[in-house]
Amino acid sequence: MKRSHEPIFWSLFGAGGVLSALVAPILIFITGIIAPIGVWMPPQALDYSRVLGFAQHWFGKVLLLAVISLFLFHAVHRIYHGLHDIGVHAGTGAMVAAYGSALLGTLVAAYLLLAIGF
Amino acid sequence: MAKIKSYVRPMQGWWRRNPYFVRYMIRESSSVFLAIYAVILLVGLLRLTQGAAAWDGWLAALASPGSIVFHWLALLAVGYHAYTWWKVAPKTAPDIHIGGQPLPELVITGGGWLATLGASILVYVIVRWM
Repeated sequence: MKRSHEPIFWSLFGAGGVLSALVAPILIFITGIIAPIGVWMPPQALDYSRVLGFAQHWFGKVLLLAVISLFLFHAVHRIYHGLHDIGVHAGTGAMVAAYGSALLGTLVAAYLLLAIGF
Repeated sequence: MAKIKSYVRPMQGWWRRNPYFVRYMIRESSSVFLAIYAVILLVGLLRLTQGAAAWDGWLAALASPGSIVFHWLALLAVGYHAYTWWKVAPKTAPDIHIGGQPLPELVITGGGWLATLGASILVYVIVRWM
């Protein structure tokens, strides 16, 4: 019997589901709403030097990579399987495009986190 | 040969026929918002590597009205994902037995919601004061 790759993608989907259920709402609320409008969050919270320091710390790198990569893998898994629900019977090409774009996003994030220094 | 079973039930708009399916589609659509948000963060990381001016440009883009509207919608959709993720956790999580008894569903779901609340407070405190 041909082995399925589904367990790998489901694991990434599950990990992304847990991480996004834990922190995605607060992250969206902070970076997308309260910091830009300056309510409940001082403008200097997202200062260049402060965020740069976070991205240069090894723990900051791990958190940023986990958030970007796992959010992407979670999302593309749902989008890929959701295509069927909206009447698009996607084949292998769509599957490669979906998981490939999440992998590409992960590699780009990893590259940028290395390029930004320590 | 007689033509049999030629009727295919139309599936157009299937999910609008039942509130359960509507909620399912709202939950699944949260992934589109999550993907876009991840790309926004990735662009932010790219701008961060390009220096202070580029980073400030990214922050300015986030303050545009269109961006604020998008993030409110994303917050609603992804918040609903967080709610449902823990709601189904008793069915998706591994079986946990304590003293021969399965962990009650309310403990798993409620624990998940509390974990989201705790993580949210923690992230807020770190971003604001640390």
